[in-house]
Amino acid sequence: MKEKVNKLAILTKGIIKENPNLVLLLGTCPTLATTSSAFNGMGMGIAATAVLICSNIVISLLAKIIPDKVRIPCYIVVIAGFVTLVQFIVQAFAEPLYNSLGVFLPLIVVNCIILGRAEMFANKNNPLDSALDGIGMGLGFTLSLTVIGAIREIIGNGTIFSSFFLGDPDAFTISLPFVSDNPMMIIALAPGGFFVYACVIAIVNKILDKKGKTPREFSCQGCALASMCQQEKCIAELDSAEIKKGVEA
Amino acid sequence: MAGYLSILIGMILVNNYVLAQFLGICPFLGVSKKLDSAVGMGVAVIFVMVLATAVTHPIMTVLNDFKIGYLQTIVFILVIAALVQFVEMALKKFIPSLHKALGVYLPLITTNCAVLGVCINNIDLGYNYPQALVNSLGAGIGFLLAMVLFSGMRRKTEGSTAVPKPFRGVPITMTTAALLSLAFMGFGGLV
Repeated sequence: MKEKVNKLAILTKGIIKENPNLVLLLGTCPTLATTSSAFNGMGMGIAATAVLICSNIVISLLAKIIPDKVRIPCYIVVIAGFVTLVQFIVQAFAEPLYNSLGVFLPLIVVNCIILGRAEMFANKNNPLDSALDGIGMGLGFTLSLTVIGAIREIIGNGTIFSSFFLGDPDAFTISLPFVSDNPMMIIALAPGGFFVYACVIAIVNKILDKKGKTPREFSCQGCALASMCQQEKCIAELDSAEIKKGVEA
Repeated sequence: MAGYLSILIGMILVNNYVLAQFLGICPFLGVSKKLDSAVGMGVAVIFVMVLATAVTHPIMTVLNDFKIGYLQTIVFILVIAALVQFVEMALKKFIPSLHKALGVYLPLITTNCAVLGVCINNIDLGYNYPQALVNSLGAGIGFLLAMVLFSGMRRKTEGSTAVPKPFRGVPITMTTAALLSLAFMGFGGLV
């Protein structure tokens, strides 16, 4: 019974408690770039989830064989292989999505969520746990991308889940009565991406604060390469110490 | 000549990699707390971007000759990772002073999406070799410009008590980035 609870905890922690891009603050580039509409965000999330689950399983199987010194390049090769596969699948079955994600589809390979989970979870745990972790983290990623995308699409365009599959814009479009007459285009453009993401993180911070947890900062703790570059850690710590001094003075 | 200049200006101001295309956000937010580190990171990115394009652009021609263009993602990321390692070793051996200034940032650049992004974009946009190099140079300078401007803006908000509590830290940093991005939108239509 206890075993079962543990497995469930691994699966669910990524969705809300350790949501990769709202709580752990990983993978900011795709979060900002692909959320101009709810559908784009969801597509990106699903593609990244597929890569994450597969790479987690393979890396946890290979963990004992890969020499410790060259593990990061090995992980990158495994991830790149799966990214190429996913690129093919998306191009074949969802070409409009392939075109709208553009360069961000191959860039899943340098997404720090995937490399980070390989480094922090998959190489220490068995394949089943790693797969569950991949599903949980992937779902969390997809969920937050879809929510951010939906907010930006509703305010910026007045629609939700429009231009659905097969490039037919009228297929599943739901126009909202008031906002579609007065859309705020800026929210769907680049500055709006930063702003909506900032607001969503602020809400998450408020919730974390109520629970008595300290919100995360951008620092080495989220970086997959932290174990490789010790120097950067010192610099980051030096920076924050100096800034504190500056505020006091 | 005018073509190259419009590519360069377009990449620096109009299609700025960080502020308009969202590439390389992690280093942009992570290393911009201090002006020195922002400049160091920016210069290192310019260097690696141009070098990576110089190497990957001919490799793509070879891949296309063998009709294995679909291996682009795997080959590019491996080449960039190896290249960064070699550059770090070479700098350490031959130019220690430069290694001291830039070496810290080099491992971080290996998995930087801006570097891989510029290599893939150069191919997707169908640029020839000199155009691709100019494009990478422009992307790098745009990154440096955004980093330097942003590190200046961040000094005001970092650790400020005037910011509402839930917005302290990452959210106010993001909001500042939104304002900078808004300012750069003014360059739209320049090229």
